Amino acid sequence: MRIGLFIPCFIDTFYPDVGIATLELLERLGLDVAYPFDQTCCGQPMGNSGFTAECHAVERLFVENFAGFDAIVCPSASCTNQVRNKFSVDDEAGRLVRGKTYELVEFLHDVIGLDRLPRAEFPYQVTLHNSCTALRALDHEPAPEMNLPFHSKPRALLATVEGLTIVETDRAGECCGFGGTYSVTEEAVSARMGLDKVTRQQNTGAAYVVSADMSCLMHQQGCAARAGIDLNYLHIAQILNGYRP
Amino acid sequence: MKRIDIDHAEGRSRRIDTPGHHPEREAQPRGAIRRGKRPIDHAEAAERFLAAPDHLAFHDQRLWDLRQKRDREAFAIPEWEELRDLASSIKDYALANLDTLLEEFERNAQANGITVHWARDGAEHNRIVVEIMRRHDAPLLVKSKSMLTEECGFRDHMQEQGLAVIETDLGERIQQLDNEDPSHVVVPAVHKLRADVAAVFAKTLGTDPDNHDPAYLAEQQRESNRPLILGAGVGMTGANFLVAETGTVVVCTNEGNADLSANVPPVHIVSAGIEKIIPRAGDLGVFIRLLSRSALGSPITQYTSHFRGPRLGAEMHVILVDNGRSARLGMQQFRSALKCIRCGACMNTCPVYRRSGGLSYGATYAGPIGLIIDPTIDQRKYSALPYASTLNGSCTAVCPVKIDIHQQIHAWRGIMAEQKEPSRTKRTAMKAAALLLAHPSAYRVAVRTVGTVLPHMPRFAVYNPLNAWGRGREVPNAPRRTFHDWYKANRT
Ligand code: SF4
Repeated sequence: MRIGLFIPCFIDTFYPDVGIATLELLERLGLDVAYPFDQTCCGQPMGNSGFTAECHAVERLFVENFAGFDAIVCPSASCTNQVRNKFSVDDEAGRLVRGKTYELVEFLHDVIGLDRLPRAEFPYQVTLHNSCTALRALDHEPAPEMNLPFHSKPRALLATVEGLTIVETDRAGECCGFGGTYSVTEEAVSARMGLDKVTRQQNTGAAYVVSADMSCLMHQQGCAARAGIDLNYLHIAQILNGYRP
Repeated sequence: MKRIDIDHAEGRSRRIDTPGHHPEREAQPRGAIRRGKRPIDHAEAAERFLAAPDHLAFHDQRLWDLRQKRDREAFAIPEWEELRDLASSIKDYALANLDTLLEEFERNAQANGITVHWARDGAEHNRIVVEIMRRHDAPLLVKSKSMLTEECGFRDHMQEQGLAVIETDLGERIQQLDNEDPSHVVVPAVHKLRADVAAVFAKTLGTDPDNHDPAYLAEQQRESNRPLILGAGVGMTGANFLVAETGTVVVCTNEGNADLSANVPPVHIVSAGIEKIIPRAGDLGVFIRLLSRSALGSPITQYTSHFRGPRLGAEMHVILVDNGRSARLGMQQFRSALKCIRCGACMNTCPVYRRSGGLSYGATYAGPIGLIIDPTIDQRKYSALPYASTLNGSCTAVCPVKIDIHQQIHAWRGIMAEQKEPSRTKRTAMKAAALLLAHPSAYRVAVRTVGTVLPHMPRFAVYNPLNAWGRGREVPNAPRRTFHDWYKANRT
């Protein structure tokens, strides 16, 4: 199986370590991974704001870059959702690529069936942040509003990490206020939601916040830093790849 | 002494008094500024709401309590999700057969002695009511809560005609006395603190301005309203459901005020949107189980009244109002919003609504459902509303009739962008970004600029008022090397 690694634009720019952890983790699992050089973005910033027509060329580029792979893996739920469920390209090639695109946790849990990690130990308390997309569009856990039997893909993966304990955040399922372009169009509400979120995270006593979505963490980290709240934010790929502080 | 909450029956919840603050002293933030057809600026109104910490904390916590109670009730019913499916499909059926069901309702209602009127819009609705009042020589109408009459601008119209309207729902009465719209479909005065209510009552009912006790305030309101109910010539209610099979109007309330409004005056007028129709009496069980659990997290409303015909010697009228509904029925993308049973669950769960207050939407309908209904009423005026959402999807997951609310919000953004409603700056930025992202080499150059320039920018340049991100958050540190460059150096 040849895997195409899709590193979203903001991870490429601001969080290369998350990209590296994702790559190393997949390699360590013995998978054949390549990073197509001409990739840029999934088009979400425009698509999110309703500029669907403007996304077209970006989507084309994505399809061209990833058409040759058996699976496309991306360490971001909202970007995966954009590709899978929001792309406007709907020809044969487009449909194939969309159907083969997985978010990292989904891929490890559903496709690989990962139940043991090569090496991962994290003897700390962490609190888990599930992004809205991961919860309500990608089924990492059932939407907290719905009366459905519980399962958790990220928790199942984190359970394989030695020493790690999860402490629960109050209002865990509430959106942190990032929302893509929302963070700028309604800056004040967005920042307030972020402040409320990081305050509740702080109240858990955990030193680390872990999530499969770096974009939420970028926002939360910014809010925590501004409020002087001392919390560390890590992508789940980093923990699974054996990150040590 | 037992203390009860001001909006007692409508969602009892614990009180929140922020420590260190005096809730009595903070001025109530007012809602969105309306300037004719100019787009409503939700962000601006929200900012003013955020600047009132006591109101914000109370509003957020109060509605979150309702959401939690809703969860407890919903999770106690094993077949909850099946109920939602069922409700959704009954509503789909009703909308697909709206014309025949409405006629069936009309036939059965008439057979029971109800006079049925049809109103194309709010103006027609208001005219019909005025005409009935004039015929009965009735200067005063008492009414229970109805969102439809808000849509119709009913109170203003009646005032122009020299006719008096008194709201009998406590929250709605508070809003009427304060000259404000309801901020929530179920708890219309939820954005007000006790002190705000005391101030309004002191000014309008002459109560003690320093007595903020909810029991006292509720009692005063009741004392002032009861004689009006007894003396009114006409009583008006809304309708939660219209049963086609039986011609019955079903009204669900918690205060019993609808029953007084309907049963005391000699004339009962029901204002009902045409989408309230359900086919059979047997369907009611599904909706009654969902409605109050979704709305207030209580298993059932205190009063679920079935009005099947006029009382002996009294008159009963039903006005079936379209007011844009059949046009919405034709909007394939947005028609399912007509399934809404106005439970308010989407508002209670919406983190943006809880932090900005219902009046910040500047429309009859606030919160997630408002974001999709309001632009069908006036696309230009409400063109910014679809952007007042993080698209987190919680609204969709709580909605008892399974309206795909957040997807419709996103669909509206698409229409707004196509029709050039967002600002010119935003359009230009989006087009530029799209162009850049479609050209890998240009994109690489841009990314490098971010990586090398940002860390060296002085704080004042990054945190200027134009940079919305930096106002309330720190900007991430851009590392020296992108993933792209790392990969090139280490894997090729
Ligand atoms: S859209 Fe759904 S959740 Fe919102 S008020 Fe209507 S029925 Fe309730």
